[in-house]
Amino acid sequence: MGPLVPSILSNEFSLVIALIAGIGFGFVLEQAGFSSTKKLVGLFYGYDFTVLKVFFTAGVTAMIGVLLFGQIGILDLSMIYINPTFLWSALVGGAIMGVGFIIGGFCPGTSVCAAAIGKLDGLAFVFGSGLGVLMFAEGYPMFKDIYLSESWGALLINEQLGLSKVLFAFILAAIAFVAFYLTRQIENKVNRTTVQLPKSRIILYSSAVVFAFLVLTVVALMPDRNSRLEKKALQALQNTDFTPLQVPADKLAGEIVSNYYKINIIDLRNPVAFKSYHLPFAINIPVDKLTDRQWRTILDQKHKVNFFYADDPQIAKKGILLAGYLGKAENYLLSGSSSDFKKLFFDLTAPGADASKQEVNNYHFRNKAANDMKILQDALKNSTEPVVAKTSKIKGGC
Amino acid sequence: MKSQKYMNPYLAGFLLGLVLLGTIYVTGRGLGASGAVKSVILSTVTALAPEHTAGTPYLRSYEEEHPNGPLNDWLVFEVIGLIIGAFLSGIVSNRVGIKLERGPNITNRTRIIAAIFGGALFGLGSQLGRGCTSGAALSGMAVMSLGGIITMMAIFGSGYAFAYFFRKLWLK
Repeated sequence: MGPLVPSILSNEFSLVIALIAGIGFGFVLEQAGFSSTKKLVGLFYGYDFTVLKVFFTAGVTAMIGVLLFGQIGILDLSMIYINPTFLWSALVGGAIMGVGFIIGGFCPGTSVCAAAIGKLDGLAFVFGSGLGVLMFAEGYPMFKDIYLSESWGALLINEQLGLSKVLFAFILAAIAFVAFYLTRQIENKVNRTTVQLPKSRIILYSSAVVFAFLVLTVVALMPDRNSRLEKKALQALQNTDFTPLQVPADKLAGEIVSNYYKINIIDLRNPVAFKSYHLPFAINIPVDKLTDRQWRTILDQKHKVNFFYADDPQIAKKGILLAGYLGKAENYLLSGSSSDFKKLFFDLTAPGADASKQEVNNYHFRNKAANDMKILQDALKNSTEPVVAKTSKIKGGC
Repeated sequence: MKSQKYMNPYLAGFLLGLVLLGTIYVTGRGLGASGAVKSVILSTVTALAPEHTAGTPYLRSYEEEHPNGPLNDWLVFEVIGLIIGAFLSGIVSNRVGIKLERGPNITNRTRIIAAIFGGALFGLGSQLGRGCTSGAALSGMAVMSLGGIITMMAIFGSGYAFAYFFRKLWLK
């Protein structure tokens, strides 16, 4: 599941990816004509809207692709870098960039592209942008207020507008297609041409538009991966009498005492119940959070065994089914509830004089296990505090 | 040999979109350009004048956040790739060669000065706006970032607003 860096590919390897992505980026920019300053500036005088066409098509393509990947379940959208919103710096910085664009005739990426094929004006622009960066660094105290004010965090535009992602993508794609049509009219007017598209082109463009909306419709109608898994688990629960492998409390206590480092104990209940009592070393993963990416590593530790409990047979079954779909680890269910476990080990009463030998043995075993568990818990307090998921944040941006 | 025509803009846009999508899929973030300029410039300043960096808070904090220098920076590698890719494309389409493009009514000298000046504004603006047309606008649009889209509208809005005043640079 993407993004592949840093959990699947190392950061060093990502530099190789950077080079490859850059080659693709540069090749397409140059092919599109972005190495030509006149073509770029044409956008602002109406004689050439190539920039808008390329830019919008690329944005819409990538946006639809991201949504599709997210819905299929091969890309975790929550891990993607979202540029943070700083209102004033975005507006003022953008306005300054716009003036730079109209005076210099490039933007940073396109100027590098132009310089690469020998355009001296491109090279001059690259040199200038270096100066600009330096000016910002040296004059930072002056820009600081604008730079940091109105920090709104990593907001998504669709959420601000109260729209779903798919609906926003629909609207943006529609705007793009209308813009393509209108800019074509403007181009014809400004250049005093009456270029008519050949029929084959019209068919091609229309099918591309239809295809884009079709993909968006599929995304809108397709349930995402997590709800597909949920549904699968619910169906399995209804149609088959699935019985998870059960482990008695004594066995689990023995595992904790001797193999605590080889097992995960997973509490499927809600956080409130978890807080009021939980088994030693238990991790709280409420059953409806089980599909979250952060637990993937826990559910999929090949050399560890997972023990679940939920105090509710349905929840427990569902949890174990889901865990089975999500990972490859061995999963067991604790027989009995967590309060049974607590009673058994931590509210122990000594057997009376008439107790059988078995009962006395059990008492001694449980007493010792309880003590060992307490000792272990104290000794490992720092290393086994409830696992706080470390989702490494992806850094990005310009 | 004449240089070949440019690619159909929609096809180019579609391909660029796939490059962007692939980059997001693999690395979790989009493309960029101005960040690489920043990395190279600031690291060069530090290498040439370490005392100056030590005395300038912005440079110092950048240096602390990027201890490995520009050669370990994702965007620097991406822009090296960009140079290679653009050059390859230029060769394929026979567009490589020392050239200077300018509006019909200005001298080469004016064009170079305008390019440096415009570049400086763009460089400054991209630092203030946390990204340029690629990093903020294009990549921001792909992930529906509000900030990225505001930056995009500001760039193009301001471009249109000021186009009239600088028409002598470009038009007859």
